[in-house]
Amino acid sequence: MKTPTRRALALSGIGLIVAAAFAWIVATQGPLAPVKVTVAAAREASLPQSIFGIGTVEARRSYNLGPTAAGRIARVAVDHGDAVAPGQLLAEMDPVDLDERQRAFDAAAARAVQLARAAEAAHEEATSRARLAQASAQRYADLRHRNFVSGEAADAKQHEANAAAAALSAAKATQEATREDVRRTAAERAGSGKARAQLRLVSPVAGVVSARLAEPGTTLVAGQAVLQVIDPTSLWVRARIDQGRSAGLAVGQPVHIALRSRPGSALAGRIARVDLIGDAVTEERLVYAGFDAPPAGLSLGELAEVNIELAPVERALTIPSAAVKRSGREAGVWLLRDGQAAYQAVTTGAASRDGLVQVLTGLAAGDAVIVHSSRALAAELRVKAVERLVAP
Amino acid sequence: MINLASRDILHSWGKFVFTGLGLGLLIGVTLSMAGIYRGMVEDGRVLIDGSGADLWVVQQGTLGPYAEPSSLRDDAWRSIAGMPGVAATGNAAYLTMQVEHGGREVRVMLVGYEAGRPGEPAYLTAGRPPARDHYEAIADEKTGFRIGERIRIRRHDYEIVGLTRRMVSASGDPMLFVPLKDAQEVQFLKDNDAIVNERARTAANPAFNRPAVPGLLEAVQASQVQSRQVNAVLVRLEPGADAAAVAADIRRWKHLQAYDRAQMEEILIAKLIATSARQIAMFLVILSVVTATIVAFIIYTLTMNKLREIAVLKLIGAKNRTIAAMILQQALGLGLIGFVVGRIVAGLWAPAFPKYVLLIPQDALRGFAIVMVICALASVVAIRAALRIDPAEAIGG
Repeated sequence: MKTPTRRALALSGIGLIVAAAFAWIVATQGPLAPVKVTVAAAREASLPQSIFGIGTVEARRSYNLGPTAAGRIARVAVDHGDAVAPGQLLAEMDPVDLDERQRAFDAAAARAVQLARAAEAAHEEATSRARLAQASAQRYADLRHRNFVSGEAADAKQHEANAAAAALSAAKATQEATREDVRRTAAERAGSGKARAQLRLVSPVAGVVSARLAEPGTTLVAGQAVLQVIDPTSLWVRARIDQGRSAGLAVGQPVHIALRSRPGSALAGRIARVDLIGDAVTEERLVYAGFDAPPAGLSLGELAEVNIELAPVERALTIPSAAVKRSGREAGVWLLRDGQAAYQAVTTGAASRDGLVQVLTGLAAGDAVIVHSSRALAAELRVKAVERLVAP
Repeated sequence: MINLASRDILHSWGKFVFTGLGLGLLIGVTLSMAGIYRGMVEDGRVLIDGSGADLWVVQQGTLGPYAEPSSLRDDAWRSIAGMPGVAATGNAAYLTMQVEHGGREVRVMLVGYEAGRPGEPAYLTAGRPPARDHYEAIADEKTGFRIGERIRIRRHDYEIVGLTRRMVSASGDPMLFVPLKDAQEVQFLKDNDAIVNERARTAANPAFNRPAVPGLLEAVQASQVQSRQVNAVLVRLEPGADAAAVAADIRRWKHLQAYDRAQMEEILIAKLIATSARQIAMFLVILSVVTATIVAFIIYTLTMNKLREIAVLKLIGAKNRTIAAMILQQALGLGLIGFVVGRIVAGLWAPAFPKYVLLIPQDALRGFAIVMVICALASVVAIRAALRIDPAEAIGG
């Protein structure tokens, strides 16, 4: 009789275990199981504010140097990376016949000077001649008055004097004309010199050659660059900020810049410019951030992350941003009430980088909101608060 | 009165229990197969529910964005957002890709979404939503990523800031949510070699590289690397708005394809996973038939092994009803044990499957009924054999 009892015990033991396992499976996996959630209380806190953007390192001042007229490059005096001084000759265009024309202008100017000199001498001669003829005519007029000479002789002398005076006027005009010629040829010479100087590409600033874009012998159109010179002290980051998060941007705000080449280091800087015109297509605003101390070895075009620090929102009622759900146009949260989920519409304000969001209306401090849940929540769903849903 | 069935079971309980266990494992496999089928359908359904959209606006003439490639300009939402009945719109980009994680490759569906707009994960199980517009990601738990981990996608490192659950593509790949602009870059940006080659190819084209037009080549090259496309615009409607009417308006006036929830479900479940679901369903049918046959054999064999004892029972005057009840009760008991064990093992090994296995109570109840009916039918054959036996055999041979 002993054996069946033990058997019965063993059997009912197995039966119990199986039944318990079955019940456990039904309770934890089936629709009867409550939804596991984590809960956080709304509380007052200071919300640090920051705006994040991605940009590239650019030079604030960069100079494209090229000819003003089409031509061929004669020589390029500097190479990529060379430091240049203001006024330094960097490249020169082929002058073609400009030098010869310059010499022709030189010769013309010299000739004009000589002609002017000759005209001056002729003028002096005419002056002297006129003075002599005038004196002679005066004398003859006196003598005629006293009837020592005939009237015809006196008239002839008077005619000579008039002719000499006219010749003097002509000589004077010639002299003026040659002087004008001197000025004209000098101006022409100077003009040709300037055209010649235009072919010399000189650096407008102290800077660094960032690109050598054409080599000697290349023919360029007007305005095409031969060299690009940048001012290495004017490097900044041109960052793009999503319009949705761009409120509160202002010149002078402190930023932290992380360069692609050194992602761990946050270089200090400040916003130098906020473009008034945003990018309508990408829905972004353009912000320029300068370095407080530009690091050595900065390269143009390098990707950089810009973190703009704003003044924190003080004494804000905050909840974790994971708690905020959206349906239709409005935002809302699920509250934990008597083991059930209850929906509450809220309006939200500022958000911080560490995952807190400000609640403007709809909640009071201490309200328990559901942050994480193991599935989508619905009204009057049975929930069970746990420490965490995912093992760390 | 003594219950013959329980007495007999107690007599050889080891054999009975182990037979029940074996049967249970077989039923467990069948239930799991049903679960796999349900899981496939459910994967398609959560993709629809999880996106939080009421309408999907995709390229004209496509079944996008999940079943076919679809490509829209990313400012198409502006004209849709202004239509009556539309509450919110969100751009979405989808791309299935491999992501390296801890030395192994994880297949994920990269989802680009806009924070605060339709398309974001419906709930999180840990962490927080991204607070930046770049380089932060939310991962489905199935990816195996953990909060704070950094993963590399193409050129950039992304930090996992949040985890979610049951956010999978129609083929069951876990989703990785990243900001839309990053997803666009990943989707449309070529690798560096391709970009360099493309530049060289453009430079070699005399139509673009014209000496008399400086800057033209640069302009052409700059226009080649733009990525202003998305795969779908997800639309959330005002409460009470008629989805079909809004969808018809979008199709008619915006020249885009729009699907509502029911149509999307039809596309995903009836078209996208139809073949593989039928495959599983076919296998499920075969497995059910095999299970039924094995159950019938087991009960028949159990009865045949007891023929001598049954003959003795008959000899001592037991009624046919008593004998039939004993066999039927044993068969049903076996079925019960098998079902309970099967349901337990199916529940235990379901989470270990790489894809989602959904065990729904209706399936379990249906399975229970089928098992009981099969056991009863199988016992009929055994009962017939038992009743036909001659009591004389008990003392013969």
